[in-house]
Amino acid sequence: MPNLNEQKGKKIMDKKKERIISLLVYNKPDVLARVAGTLGGKGYNIESLCVDVTLNPDVSKIILTTVQTKSTVSKIEKQLERLIDVVKVEDLTDVETIKREMVLIRMNLTEASKSDLIRTVNTLNCKIITFNTDHCVLEYTGSKDEVDRVLVKLKALGVDDIARTGIAALERKN
Amino acid sequence: MKLKGAQIFIRCLKEEGVDTIFGYPGGAVIDIYDELFKSDIKHILTRHEQGAVHAADGFARSSGRVGVALVTSGPGATNTVTGIATASMDSIPIVVFTGQVPTHLIGNDAFQECDITGITRPCTKHNYLVRSVEDLARTIKEAFYIARTGRPGPVLVDLPKDIMAAEAEYDPAKIKVNSTLEQPPKPVSKKFVQMMEMLKASRKPLLLTGGGVILGKASDELQAFSRRARIPVTSTLMGLGAFPGSDPLWLGMPGMHGTYYANMAISHCDLLITIGARFDDRVTGKIDTFAANADIIHIDVDPSSINKNIVADLPIVSDARSALEIINRMLKDHGYTASDAHRKDWLDEIETWKQKAPLTYSQDSSVIKPQFVIEKLYELTKGNAIITTEVGQNQMWAAQFYNYDHPNTFISSGGLGTMGYGFPAAIGVQFAFPDKLVIDIAGDGSIQMNIQEMATAVQYNVPVKIVLLNNGYLGMVRQWQELFYGKRYSQTDIAIQPDFVKVAEAYGMVGLRAKKPDEVEPTLKKGLSIPRPVLMDFQVCREECVYPMVRPGASISEMTLGTREMIN
Repeated sequence: MPNLNEQKGKKIMDKKKERIISLLVYNKPDVLARVAGTLGGKGYNIESLCVDVTLNPDVSKIILTTVQTKSTVSKIEKQLERLIDVVKVEDLTDVETIKREMVLIRMNLTEASKSDLIRTVNTLNCKIITFNTDHCVLEYTGSKDEVDRVLVKLKALGVDDIARTGIAALERKN
Repeated sequence: MKLKGAQIFIRCLKEEGVDTIFGYPGGAVIDIYDELFKSDIKHILTRHEQGAVHAADGFARSSGRVGVALVTSGPGATNTVTGIATASMDSIPIVVFTGQVPTHLIGNDAFQECDITGITRPCTKHNYLVRSVEDLARTIKEAFYIARTGRPGPVLVDLPKDIMAAEAEYDPAKIKVNSTLEQPPKPVSKKFVQMMEMLKASRKPLLLTGGGVILGKASDELQAFSRRARIPVTSTLMGLGAFPGSDPLWLGMPGMHGTYYANMAISHCDLLITIGARFDDRVTGKIDTFAANADIIHIDVDPSSINKNIVADLPIVSDARSALEIINRMLKDHGYTASDAHRKDWLDEIETWKQKAPLTYSQDSSVIKPQFVIEKLYELTKGNAIITTEVGQNQMWAAQFYNYDHPNTFISSGGLGTMGYGFPAAIGVQFAFPDKLVIDIAGDGSIQMNIQEMATAVQYNVPVKIVLLNNGYLGMVRQWQELFYGKRYSQTDIAIQPDFVKVAEAYGMVGLRAKKPDEVEPTLKKGLSIPRPVLMDFQVCREECVYPMVRPGASISEMTLGTREMIN
């Protein structure tokens, strides 16, 4: 499939990058499968996913990210809008939004690493959730880049496992 | 008043104006069939669930009403998938009801259980699993609403057995479709002002119409527009009949097996007005060179069809009829009429192409040419028939050599290309129009995919006619093998075949056969005059190819004609 923007000599820079799509959907079984199937069926990968009910218990918000060109995202948006159970679709990529992601990190502990770890945790602004003799669990919230940075720093100190949420994004109010 | 689920089901169908449904019973839907037995809804028992869905689809395509199929759970449900996908690709409004195991067994691998809503999610417009009898009536109402609103499509409703036996209050006055469901788009008028400017500036405008004009019931408006503005018309397979095939402004079908002049007109026009078509790859050929000299106006009811394959210079989201009504009103208000003189250069250019390469084939005195059968069929029926087709060469010849003068008279699986579609669809058409002549143009490969429906035709004495173009090959694939794969006819020779006349007779149909060109006309005359289901077996030239042809991946201006030379 040729890049549509290059047809007829109309060349617009349209690079692949991470795009954030926010959907309001009815809170029903099947809805997530329909949304995921709409992307997957056409070969678009979902990089991250964040789902929960909104203040209206009948409606859920899905925030997903996918690495695409802008023209592909606009096709995806239109496909998603066709779904009966989708109330609203929005591309938040170029909208001013606050984007956050949370990560839980389980660290292996040794007597030697403990003091190093506590110092690092304090400088990184991580929250300590549990702290036992041989392991601890940390929590960190920040932008995707910040989460990546924290993980790099902690890796040297013995990360056992992690769990990341997808990106949650909310528009600033003008 | 409290009613059982199965009773509510029947009431809801009647509320929707349904008088005919196509189906096949089974354990999970036995309660519904018990209520059907007591009702006056006509149920047509096909011999395979796929046949039931195609029949409902043919009913819908010919009548413009929502077609309905009813089948049981498990294999009954999975057998509908090809029919549903067929309807989905061509945007046909049907509602398919499937039985399901009782709710407490769902997910337990119960007997004849399958997750049919999961299976059909990508090929339905929407689907439902009814989880409580209280939701049943509203769900059915929504299913019909969704099937016919906006860009139409198939909707599946899965009905667990216990829900059909459970009771609920039923009051049709209280059942409302959810107000948040899709609404038909409202066309934006300033877009049409822009369109008028483009039209006025154009010297070589061309209309490319599709199935959306037929689904949108906009054939009259299209004709009015084309004639007033003197714009020639080409139409995709799905749109055949919306513009009269005998009109001088008609160019035939474009694309892979389109006419030379339609493809040349697309390649040379300066304004392409596309209405209710979605730029399928069989129409566009190589995307980069498609309508390369033209500004493109794309009118479609479905926003996701616009800018999908081809970038539109002016996208307009609207159903075909509303759009054409606005266009015609504006033309009138602006006092815009183009004369033939105004368009002379453009129409002359097209005429040259028409002269250079008309749609033709070489006649033969000893062997029947398939195109000749279709031509004769057109001559004898004077175009007053509803034609269904199977898929492959038979479908292309039926599209090329029969002139469709009216919408809803060419019924064919365009998008999915479903072999075995035409015959059950013809049965469905005949139930919508009992007094019309309904003919399935078939191939010997396709007809065997749903040949069991002969029993249905005989049981209900549905007088459909099968015109079988029998070449003993899976002809279209063989043609590709001949042209692009060094004549290696891998698995396409099906000369070992049943005696189709005897098969027809065994089912209780009438079977006729023609082996020589001079037998074609008498066979057709005889077959068409018999008021019963008839199969006419025309043993045609085995290695005839469909021409013109655009090689896959080539520009549509590069066509191979029947004489095998390339024209540019």
